[in-house]
Formats: sequence, C-alpha cells, structure tokens
Amino acid sequence: MKAKALEPGVVAGRLARQAYAENFADLHPPLDNHEALVAADRCYFCHDAPCITACPTSIDIPLFIRQIATGTPDAAAKTILGQNILGGMCARVCPTETLCEEACVRMTAEHRPVEIGRLQRYATDTLMAKGVHPFERAPGTGKRIAVVGAGPAGLACAHRLSMNGHDVVIHDARGKPGGLNEYGIASYKSVAGFAAREVDWLLKIGGITIETGSMLGRDVTLAALNADYDAVFLAMGLGGVNALGLEGEERDGLHDAVDFIADLRQSEDLAALPIGRDVVVIGGGMTAIDAAVQARLLGALNVTLVYRRSRARMNASEFEQDLAASKGVRIITNAQPIAIHGNGAVREVEFEYTDDALLPTGERFRLPADQVFRAIGQTLFGDGLPDLDGRKIAITGAGRTSLPGVWAGGDCAAGGDDLTVTAVAEGRDAAEDIHASLMASAAKEA
Amino acid sequence: MANLSTNFVGIKSPNPFWLASAPPTDKEYNVRRAFEAGWGGVVWKTLGEAGPPVVNVNGPRYGAIWGADRRLLGLNNIELITDRPLEVNLREMKAVKRDYPDRALVASLMVPCVEEAWKAILPLVEETGADGVELNFGCPHGMSERGMGSAVGQVPEYIEMVTRWVKQYTRMPCIVKLTPNITDVRKPAQAAKRGGADAVSLINTINSITSVDLDLFAPEPTIDGRGAHGGYCGPAVKPIALNMVAEIARDPETAGLPISGIGGVTTWRDAAEFLTLGAGSVQVCTAAMTYGFKIVEEMISGLSEWMDTKGFTTIEEVTGRAVPNCSDWKNLNLNYVSKARINQDLCIKCGRCYAACEDTSHQAIAMSPERVFEVKDDECVACNLCVNVCPVEDCITMERLAPGVVDERTGKVVEAEPADWTTHPNNPMATATAAE
Ligand SMILES: Cc1cc2nc3c(=O)[nH]c(=O)nc-3n(C[C@H](O)[C@H](O)[C@H](O)COP(=O)(O)OP(=O)(O)OC[C@H]3O[C@@H](n4cnc5c(N)ncnc54)[C@H](O)[C@@H]3O)c2cc1C
Ligand SMILES: Cc1cc2nc3c(=O)[nH]c(=O)nc-3n(C[C@H](O)[C@H](O)[C@H](O)COP(=O)(O)O)c2cc1C
Ligand code: SF4
Repeated sequence: MKAKALEPGVVAGRLARQAYAENFADLHPPLDNHEALVAADRCYFCHDAPCITACPTSIDIPLFIRQIATGTPDAAAKTILGQNILGGMCARVCPTETLCEEACVRMTAEHRPVEIGRLQRYATDTLMAKGVHPFERAPGTGKRIAVVGAGPAGLACAHRLSMNGHDVVIHDARGKPGGLNEYGIASYKSVAGFAAREVDWLLKIGGITIETGSMLGRDVTLAALNADYDAVFLAMGLGGVNALGLEGEERDGLHDAVDFIADLRQSEDLAALPIGRDVVVIGGGMTAIDAAVQARLLGALNVTLVYRRSRARMNASEFEQDLAASKGVRIITNAQPIAIHGNGAVREVEFEYTDDALLPTGERFRLPADQVFRAIGQTLFGDGLPDLDGRKIAITGAGRTSLPGVWAGGDCAAGGDDLTVTAVAEGRDAAEDIHASLMASAAKEA
Repeated sequence: MANLSTNFVGIKSPNPFWLASAPPTDKEYNVRRAFEAGWGGVVWKTLGEAGPPVVNVNGPRYGAIWGADRRLLGLNNIELITDRPLEVNLREMKAVKRDYPDRALVASLMVPCVEEAWKAILPLVEETGADGVELNFGCPHGMSERGMGSAVGQVPEYIEMVTRWVKQYTRMPCIVKLTPNITDVRKPAQAAKRGGADAVSLINTINSITSVDLDLFAPEPTIDGRGAHGGYCGPAVKPIALNMVAEIARDPETAGLPISGIGGVTTWRDAAEFLTLGAGSVQVCTAAMTYGFKIVEEMISGLSEWMDTKGFTTIEEVTGRAVPNCSDWKNLNLNYVSKARINQDLCIKCGRCYAACEDTSHQAIAMSPERVFEVKDDECVACNLCVNVCPVEDCITMERLAPGVVDERTGKVVEAEPADWTTHPNNPMATATAAE
C-alpha cells in the first residue's frame, strides 16, 4: 500500500489511491437541512450586529440567518449575494474565525460562535444548485468597461457593472478565469470544481466577456484599454513572488508555493503529482500553511514550516495553525534560512534562530529537504501602471488610481487585507464608483 | 414577483404587515423608524380622551416565558393605553401621515362608554388624516376595571352600540379589535358587524399570570410585593388567535367580514397562516418588541417568495384560502388511516418517541436493545405525538395507508370512500345528521 511513503526524493503516488480522495475532501462539509436549522436557531438577530461590521462586504448576516431559520434559504442567498456575489466562495475560504464569527456575541457568551460561514454556504449552495441567477441587468447604458484580471476583484466588479447596465470585457493572462479561486485556494476549501462552477453561474448575468490568455503588458496595453473603453479596472492580483535572496536558490527542488498549489489545483490526478519525502515550507501566512498542509496530504513524510518571527506574528490565523498541526505539520518559529545545501538538487536547508528583533542568535540547525516551498509573499508585477503606494497601486476612495479613468482593487491595490472577501468588496465598490462617475459625465454631456 | 400591496377596507399599504397598537407605535419617533424599516402600516398606540392622561406603573410592566436558549415565547404586560397627552399624539400622527402618505396609519381609540366621548374624539382623529380607526375593546387589565377595553368587548350589546356611534360620527373605516377573553369569539364579531364595523381585528392580549415569585409569593411582574394579571401575547398565543380568526371567517353570520389578524405573528409563515385563515392584513407587536423593526424584511421576503412558489400574485388570492378546509370534527374523514413511520437514517436514537408513546399513548413503538425504534402498525392510532416530540424535523412522518390495505390495528380493510361521524354506526344521531 504505502510502498512509496518512505521513498526519498520527489516522487508521485506516495499514498494508496483512496487516501487522496479522503485527504482532499471538504474541510468543512456542508450542513444538511437539520444542521442548518439548529445552527440558524442560535443567531440572536442582534441589533446593528457586530458580525455585519466585521464582514468586509457587510452582508446582513442576522437577516440571512433568519431567512434560513424561517425556511427560505433562497431569500437568504439573495441577501448574501446582493452584497457579495462570490458569497459561495467566501463561505468556503473566508477566515471566519478572524472576521464575522470572531465578532459573534456568542463568542462572549459561550466561546462558540454561530456558524456563519457554513450557514452562508448552505444558503448559497441551495440557490446555486437550482441554477438560478437571482439578479437582472439594468437597461443598457452603452458604456464599455475593461477589467484586467478575472479573480474575485475583477469578477465582482464586472458583475456589478453588468447589473448597472454596462458591458464588460475581462482580460486575464491565465487559461481559466477565477484568479486565485481557481489556482490558489487550498483544494480542500473549494472541492468539486466549485471555482469554475461559480464563475459560470456569475456570468449568467450576461454582458460580460472574458478573454483568457490575454495579458496586460504583452497582449494589451493600459494605454490602449484606457483609450478604447469608458473605464478600466485593474485587478491583476500579485503575479510576482518574493525570493529568499539566498545562495543556491536555483537548485532543483526549490519552488514557489503558489506554483506548487496551482499545479495541485489543476491536477487531474493527485496520485500522479510528485511530492518530496522531506518538505520544508518557508513563510508564515495562509499560503505557507496551505502549501504545508497539502504537501502532507499528498503523502510527504516530514513537513516543516519555518517562520522567521514569533508564532503570534504569523499571518495565518490560530485556526489555520491548528489545522496544520492536526495534519502533522511541524511549525518552527523565530528561524530564518541562511543556506540551501545540496548538489544540483536541494538536500538540506540551514536555518539560524532569530530574536524578536529578527537579529540572528548564532544558533543554527539544518533540516533535510528534497523539496522547499517559498511562501514569503507575492508582489505586484507589470510596468506602466498607475502610481504605486509602496509596492501596490495607490488608490483613493473606491479604487481611484492616479490615472483618470483607471480604477484598481483587490490584491494589486494598496490597503485592505489580501483576502478573497476584501477583493470582492473592493471590486464591487469600484464598480459603483465607476458607474456613478460614468453616469455623472453622461448627464453632463446630455 | 408577488405584489404585496394591500387594500384593507379601503386602507392602503405597500404590504400587509402592520404594527399593532402597542409601545412600538406609541410615538412619532418609533413610527417613522418603523416606516423606514419597511412596515406597511401602524395602528397607533391606543388614544384615550382629552384631559390628564392615564398613568402607568413605575415598576416592571412585562413578564415572560422562554423556550430553550431563552427564546422569548410569551410576553405579558400590565401597561395601559398611551400615557401621553392626546394632543401630542394627534399632532405626531398628522406629521407622520403627511410624510408617509403611502403607509397605513390607523388610530386606536378607547374612551368611556358614552356617546359624547366618542362623538368628541372622532373629529380630532379625522383631522390628522388617519386612514381609519380601531376600537380597542380588548385591553384586559387596568382599563377594564374602569369599564373600558375588554369590559366593553365582553358584552356584545356594548360593542354594537359603540360601533354604531362611531359609524355615525365618522366616515373613516372602523375596525373593531376583539378581546380573546370571552368564551365564543363569534358573538362579539357578530355584534361588531351588526353595529356596522368595516372589519374586526384580533386578538388582543389574553388574561395571564406568567409566573410567581417563589420568595415573595407574588405574581410576576411584581411591584412592591404585588402583581396583577396582565395581557399575554407573543408566539405562544398564535394558535389561539388563529382559531379565533378561523371561527369568524367561517361563521355564516360573519363570513366575508374583513379581518386583521393579530397574535404571535413572528415570521412570514405566521403571517401567511393568518392570511389563509381569512385575514386581509396582519398586525405584529411582540415580535417587533423582541427583535426590533428589522424583522419585517424577513416577513416581506419570505411572504413574497412563498407567494411566488405558489403562483399567487396578490394578497387577495391568499386571503381565506384555507377557510373552506376548516371543518367541524364531525366532518373529518374517519376512513383516512395513517401510521407513523420512522426514518432510520435520520433517527438519532434519543428515544423520546418511545417514552411518549409507551408511557402516555398506545405502546405502538418497539425499542430494540440496539436502540432501534420501530412503529408497531397493529398498535399505532396515528395520534402524531411521536412526530411532535421528535427533535429531528421529518424524521417521523405520518403516512396514509392506501385504500384496500388492511389496517393491522383494526383488522379492517381501508376504504376508499370517505365516511365521517355523521354517518357512523356508533353515532346515535347518525341518520338525523346525515340527512341534514
Ligand atoms: C495560496 C493562497 C491561498 C489563499 N487562501 C485564501 C483563503 O483561504 N481565504 C482568503 O480569503 N484568501 C486567501 N488567499 C488570498 C486571496 O486568494 C486573494 O486575496 C484574492 O484572490 C485576491 O483577488 P484578486 O482578484 O485581487 O487577485 P487574484 O485572485 O490574484 O486574480 C488576479 C487575476 O489577474 C490575472 N492577471 C494577473 N496579471 C495579469 C496581467 N498582466 N494581465 C491580465 N491578467 C492578469 C491573473 O491570472 C488572475 O486571474 C490566498 C492566497 C493564496 C496565494
Ligand atoms: C406592552 C403592550 C401594550 C399593548 N397595548 C395595547 C394598546 O394600547 N392597545 C391595543 O389595542 N392593544 C395593545 N396591546 C396588544 C397588541 O396590540 C396585540 O394585540 C397583542 O400584543 C397580540 O399581538 P402579538 O402577539 O404580536 O404581540 C399591547 C400589547 C403589549 C405587549
Ligand atoms: S427596556 Fe429600556 S426602559 Fe425598559 S427597563 Fe430596559 S432600559 Fe429601562
């Protein structure tokens, strides 16, 4: 069975066949009807509810839960999707433990929140299973808007623009739309091709064309888009990846965690995906955790996640850290890589402990590794973009950039957490701002 | 999309959800916020005659009972009619109606049982632009000790007399609000109709003591060691209210008399139930007092979604739809035979159905050593108790035995033709009634 479990190097098929399906099943299985009613019953319908404030898209959570409790999950779904068109994906991937559920008053009362995320999934799944798209477009305005990037920010913006009666063309460099929903989110959070199904469902609104394989800077230019369209929304996320800046970083076996995850997400057969026996992940965010956990789930024997600062400063939530620990990932904190050892392929990574000011302490150790995943952050990629604020596109208000007619939102824009739900909120709000300014200038011309 | 707009005895509102006359409608501030939240109408907190207003107690006025997790199921109150000066209320009503012309604004009235008092107040109400009046013949505490409220509502002749005065002195639609603290609600409804009422609304609150303080030996809410009975409302009273609404809707003397349904309306579903039993609008008090004005959003979305799934486009299509199916016991089909069925996949093996049936019903559930619970068809009388006590929805269901099948309990073949008590051999009056 686990014939290859102990085999050194980077090999495929470490696990018995059915173990892959089990390992990559839904992290939070959907609620059935009974569970949903019991979970919904716990909501107090708080006044000016803290959960709404904690949600970046301000979904009216008490209302949608009451709609579930009163047997109208479709109405609940409309309440959710009216604020957050990717409410289905957000129900799966939001770190609810640091957003809505953290704010739930039941946390104060009983340390156990209402299961908002799972209830949101229950409602949106119910509606989407019917193939119904609950929104209609306003009468056509004749305005055309270009969106760059079909990730959550771009999709949310396009949908809201289309609802407001505009026509939208989305350019995306990749082969499939969805952005990190399709290529980045851990597979156990979005099973059974949900990202693609959600995009298909979203596009039912009409008025949105997606051009895949069309890259800004290669196939189209910002200047041309700005000239050809009434407005442009930049939502290309963070395409670049930070390097460690170490000698030996070009050795075989060193990868960007996001590439590993993208390969995994696109793999038709996980048993055919090679994985190291000893895997080291460097970083402390969601990407690092996801890479480490999925490496374990693919059958890596030893997976160690090493983060240069303390545990308290890890970007990954406590829930994510516990998840990693429960899957057998070892987490080492306060250590930074100083050398990659090996001939041709990596064999070991050498680390040095750091103090809280990130100063080396002189204590060193080595971890065996046939695969190393870098997960120390992504960067904005591209030239000729609007002015930056630090390393991201500077924005004011609802995504206005330094270039007239050009808006930006999602991971590529400054401010806000790099989360799916934040990207959706920014896309939606930019769409409303674009709509308002196009209508205002149309009114002036008339 | 269903159109929820409502025309109740000429009083128009964008939806059938009105706030009942009570604290939520006691002042301009509340009513404006309620209209902003989406309520279709309000019945203003009951006005009394001009002069020094009534006074309320200064200790607690509400008592409650709770279900699991402190969910409020029933509320009781010892509050009186508005304790604000008449002219202030009238001024505020006028201002609100001016700003919200599309919403229903009805004035609830309670003045002494003399013609002059009614004659005096009605023109003042008309002056505000209110859409109608509701006569509060229901308040069961305090005011009734002074010969008003339910003291009037319990005497059909008084109801008829006062209604007549009101119809004489105003052209506004007149809704008579009935008290449930009577034995037969049809009598006051008939009296209202005779007096010329355009509609009745019901129910007002039910005489009640919610609990007793076992240290003070006094009813709650307790004020300085004493308590008075109060008026009960909230989800717990809905079944009583539904029945009373249905009684009026199907009484030949009052059939077709418009009804505004009140009592425990908490969700869209409760409202839909009142509508099907004959109500043309519903009024809500406790649910708003428990959860705030915002619940109307769920009521609106839920009712319109349900109407869409049923293919109803207007409230009128819903009103009264269940009335023809409200029957007397004697007309229920005795040849309809069903048995409880336990879905083993859904069963969580708590054994509550077993305890209920074994200890208090018909010993019709078998329990195996592995805690598998199964219905014994030869004992099951289909009483529904197991369904009602099961914590999992749809785990136990009642399934009809098809005609031609033998009912193992009686050994008789289930007959296809319906038959009821009126023709049953055990009924000494069988032939007489059947011939009717
Ligand atoms: C591994 C990983 C796991 C994550 N897990 C979670 C999670 O569990 N929960 C959560 O809330 N967030 C998570 N995030 C963060 C979340 O995925 C992002 O915040 C979110 O996807 C940002 O959306 P976006 O639309 O701004 O960008 P993206 O999703 O990155 O989409 C950008 C799109 O633009 C396209 N594009 C890029 N450059 C160009 C160009 N030049 N021309 C045309 N198209 C271009 C890309 O192909 C892509 O489709 C995770 C991120 C990563 C990397
Ligand atoms: C605190 C309180 C005060 C009330 N005051 C009045 C009143 O002034 N006039 C009136 O007609 N009904 C009054 N009611 C009765 C309500 O209008 C309503 O008929 C009753 O509460 C049932 O509806 P519910 O179950 O939705 O609360 C009052 C109810 C409560 C709880
Ligand atoms: S609800 Fe308001 S008025 Fe009533 S007791 Fe509480 S604080 Fe006082």
